[in-house]
Formats: sequence, C-alpha cells, structure tokens
Amino acid sequence: MAVISYAQAIRKVIAEEMRRDERVFLMGEDVEKLGGVFGTSRDLFKEFGTDRIRNTPISESAIVGAGLGAACAGMRPIAELMYWDFAFVCADQIFNQVCKTRYVFGGNAIIPLVIRGQQGTGRGNAATHSQSVESIFMHIPGVKVACPATPADAAGLLRTAIRDDNPVCFFEHKALYITKGEVPDDPEFSIPFGEAVIRREGSDVTIVANLLYVSRALEAADELAKDGISAEVIDPRTLVPFDYETVEESVRKTGRLVVVHEAHQVNGWGAQVITEVGKRAFRYLDAAPIHLGAKSCPLPFNLALEQAVIPSVKDIVDACHAVSYR
Amino acid sequence: MIDEKKALWIYKTMKEIREFEETAWTLFTENKLRGSVHLYTGQEAVAAAICSQLTDEDYITSTHRGHGHCIAKGARLDFALAELMGKATGYCKGRSGSMHIADFNKGNLGANAIVGGGLPIATGAALAQKMQKKNHVTVCFFGDGASNQGTFHESINLASVWKLPVIYVCENNEFGMTVPVSQSTSVRNISDRAKGYGIPGETVDGNDVEAVFDAFARAKERALRGDGPTLIECKTYRWRGHWTGDPETYRDREVTEEWREKRDPISLFRTCLKARNLVSDAALDAVDTAVAEEMRKAVEFAESSPEPDAAHVMDDVFYEG
Repeated sequence: MAVISYAQAIRKVIAEEMRRDERVFLMGEDVEKLGGVFGTSRDLFKEFGTDRIRNTPISESAIVGAGLGAACAGMRPIAELMYWDFAFVCADQIFNQVCKTRYVFGGNAIIPLVIRGQQGTGRGNAATHSQSVESIFMHIPGVKVACPATPADAAGLLRTAIRDDNPVCFFEHKALYITKGEVPDDPEFSIPFGEAVIRREGSDVTIVANLLYVSRALEAADELAKDGISAEVIDPRTLVPFDYETVEESVRKTGRLVVVHEAHQVNGWGAQVITEVGKRAFRYLDAAPIHLGAKSCPLPFNLALEQAVIPSVKDIVDACHAVSYR
Repeated sequence: MIDEKKALWIYKTMKEIREFEETAWTLFTENKLRGSVHLYTGQEAVAAAICSQLTDEDYITSTHRGHGHCIAKGARLDFALAELMGKATGYCKGRSGSMHIADFNKGNLGANAIVGGGLPIATGAALAQKMQKKNHVTVCFFGDGASNQGTFHESINLASVWKLPVIYVCENNEFGMTVPVSQSTSVRNISDRAKGYGIPGETVDGNDVEAVFDAFARAKERALRGDGPTLIECKTYRWRGHWTGDPETYRDREVTEEWREKRDPISLFRTCLKARNLVSDAALDAVDTAVAEEMRKAVEFAESSPEPDAAHVMDDVFYEG
C-alpha cells in the first residue's frame, strides 16, 4: 500500500489497464507531452507511444464521438475532456449518441467507453471551467456516473470504469488531485459501482456528499461532534447506479438527512436522493431533509464570490442542527 | 470496374431499396407506419455502388434517410420493415423505427437521426480499424445539410491529421429539409471543402452508378494505402419530400418530374448495362420479379409480426454481461 495523490492514482490505473489490455487507449487534449493539465497521463506516452496516448485537436465532439465509434469497433477508449464544462460543447455526442446507441439499436452494441475529466471550483477558473455537472448525466439515461473522492476510490472506480462494457462518465474534482492517500498496489484492485461507503459512522444525522464535499462533510461532522451531534457521512461514489439502500439504512437509524454537493442545488442529484428516501423511509424521518448545493448562479472568478455560491462547512453544520432541532 | 456479378448485385440492391421505399410510402399513406420516415427513392445508386465494394468487416454510418444504406449494407427487407413498423422482430426490437436502424453483424454502425451525428462515430470506427491494423475502411454517409455542422469540420480534420481509413460520402440532394443548398452552403461543390483539410475531394453524378463506383474505388484504395480520407460528393435528388408528410411547397414539381423521368438511377443503370452488354434484360427482369416477391413476403412478415412486450421496455439500457 503506497501513499500517492489522487492524480497519481488515476495515472497508475490508466497505465496498468493499458499494459493489461492493448484495446485500451487514451485520447484528449494535451494528454501527451503535457500529460494532461493535472498530470494524470504524465510521461505515459514514453511507455505506450503516441498511438495510444493520443493528442487530439481541440474538438470535443470528435473526441467523444470518435471514442464512441472506436468502442463500437472493438476498442476500449478513454476519452478525456479537459474540463467537464466542455461536455456542453459535445452534448449531442454524449446525450444523443453515447447514451442511446445501445438501447435504440436493440442491444446490438457494446460500448466500453470511459469519458473522464475534472470539474469543480477551487482554482479560480471562473464560470465555464468551474461547474459541477454530474447531476445532468444522472438525468439522461444510458451512462454510468462515477465520482471518486479519495485516491483509493479514484483508482478502484477507474479500473471498474475501464473494464465495464458500458459507457461511463468519470468525474474527477480538480481540487482533489493533490490530495494524498493510501492506494493498494494490487493492479487488480477495483471498487464495484453502486456501493456507497460510510466515511464516518454516526447515529444522529446522515450526511450524503460526493467528491470535494466528502471532506467538507467530514469537517462538519467534527464540528457537530463538539456540539454532541453524531453525524454519519455517506459517499455514494457512483450516481449511476446509486446505492440507495445504504442511505436508507442510515436514515432508518438517524431519522435525519442532509444531502450536500457542489453541483447546483436546483434539480441536483441530492433531490433524487431525498425523493427516494421519502419513498423508502418516510416514516423514519424526524425532520424534513435538507438539500444543499451551489446557488442558481454561474460560478464567479473572485475567490470570496465563488465560495459564496457553493455550500460552506458552516452551511452543512447549520443544516444538521436544523434537522436535529438543536 | 464493374463486372457481371457486381452489376447484378448493384442492380438487385437498387431495386430492393426502391421497392422498400415505395412500399414504406404506401404503408405510410395507409396509416400502417407512423413517426418520421425519410425516403431514399432516387438516390439508390450511391448506396448500392459504394456498398458493393464493402465487406461485413467494413463499417458504415448512415443518416435519418438511411434505409438505402442499411439495405445496401446487407439488411434483410423483412427485419428492416418490421423495424419501421415498430415490431418485436425488427432489427432493433421496435425501439428504433425508421431513423436508428443498425446491424453490427453486417458492419452497419447505425443510422443517425441527428444531422451530422454520425461523422465523429465513423471517424472513431476508422481509428479503431487503423489501430487494429485491419485492412478495412469505414464509409460515412451524410447529406448536404450535415456539411454545415461542426462535426463535419471536426471529424474530417481529425481523420486527415491521423490519416484514417474513412471515406466521407456526401449525398447532395439539393435540399436540407426545405432549404436549397444555394441558400445554406458557401460553396457550389461541397467537395471543394476537402481542400481545407488537405485531402482529395471529388464531385460526381450521384445517379450514375459507374461514376460513383469509380470515385469510391479510388478513395478506398487511398484509404487502404494509409493515405487517409477522401471527401466524395454525390449530386443527386430525392424523389419524395423530406419526410412522408412533406407538402413540398419549396420546390418545383416539374423539376422533380424531370429527375424521375430522365435521371432515374435504376433506368440509367439498365441502359448502361445494356450498352456494355454486361447483363441480359432477361436476367434483370428476373431480379425485378424476385425483389417484388421478397418485398411481398417482407410486408407479410412485418404485418404479422408481434408488437414488442412492454415488460421489456427497460432492457438494454445497459449491457448486463
């Protein structure tokens, strides 16, 4: 077990999977000599050549669409979007093509395609380079959605994504790349999709959070402990499929639910979690659940303004107090 | 060059497409087909001449006007018609209808109802062929309208930079829905755009089987040599409206009549075969009879096929292994 960064974990798994299976290759903007903006493919071209670590033009529709075509023709491409915000540049290829190909073709197609990239706030990239857009990919059927919060999850989930015979949208968070953690050395280490993890056990309130907000929820839990509130923190890890059972079980125990994400609050994935919990465990709830997410406002450049748009640790703490009536 | 065997295949394929499209038209007017149905009648020479040079290992991507490509790439008329009627026995279990038919076993990576949607996909299939060192090509069919989409630019640029074995075949049928090409497109010949990508571009008479055949043969050879893509523009004309309910107020009926009477690709090919003394009239007549019978059986099959079971509506969103 080595301690490596989230970015290194991703790089490690891409390399291991490319060694294992010659059908796997990476294409995207600046993935070769630069190794991606965050170093997730640094120096990999030296081992695998520029045929398999493939620089593309700045043509997102071609990157994703060619990934789809190559997957249909027997390859297992990893198509990198430099920022997930750019998914809107190639929205047709993702939502009308990748999402629907297998289904409309009557199950004819197998599409082992990973579309991966990073998103989120924290680096002053402003409105078109700082969004958190994963909820949209849960809304349109046809792709799996993974959101790793730790280096180990980045490694384990990415391996599952690459080996999956379905299209997977893989959401990394730019502020997590430098975070470090233990990652198993085992080149077979993987984490199945649809299995949430309880990051911290607690008995009074359930907090569900993903990506950067897992660590913020844990910070909030530390604060709450000082006030005598024991918070359980759940990281769903994948949104499609979603492990509602783990959340349901926790809510049956705590009777209180707060969902928090950096994605915009309105119609964010947290709303779906609250709907499901309402359906499954309504009578166990002692308070109306609270859903926190970014305000309905583009992400501004100025750091203080940016932080004003997204939920703070204090917002999470306050929400937990509110559902606890104390 | 087109030999006797190929000539017969091309002729039969064109007849199959014609019969299929005219049958679809009739069924639509009888309210037996619903949804968006875009007929390929009049453009048969393009699909047939090109697909006669492909194997099941070669790929195509197609368009909303895709029945012709689908049939030329080996689709059976009965399964295809059943799909148009939304039946369980259709190529896509009744989920696709007219606009999304695919048959991966035949190398047909699918029709595509988004104008220009297939261009990146074809490019990726060709990338796979190149990386797998396969001696095969991908043909990307699209219309004049798609040549104004961003995917046209992104895809052809990428294929040129990577020298992919893909042939972009633009079927210019003069209208993007109701808008004439002269009103929507900056160049007279869409193949002129090839210059912008550093690849060969060629405009041919899309109703002339031999012209399409020869242009494609050159493009395929170039692709297999590893020299990269070609853009072929086939000038043609659709006999029917954009879709089956099109009132066709934007074009002159006399012009359409002239195309039907003087430039029918099937009649022209028959004349050509006669001039070349390649296939006898009797053999061609036999094809006509056989295709009509095949179509009759296809209608019978499609009409008597069961509706899909709604209990399976959620199947195949994901591959479950």
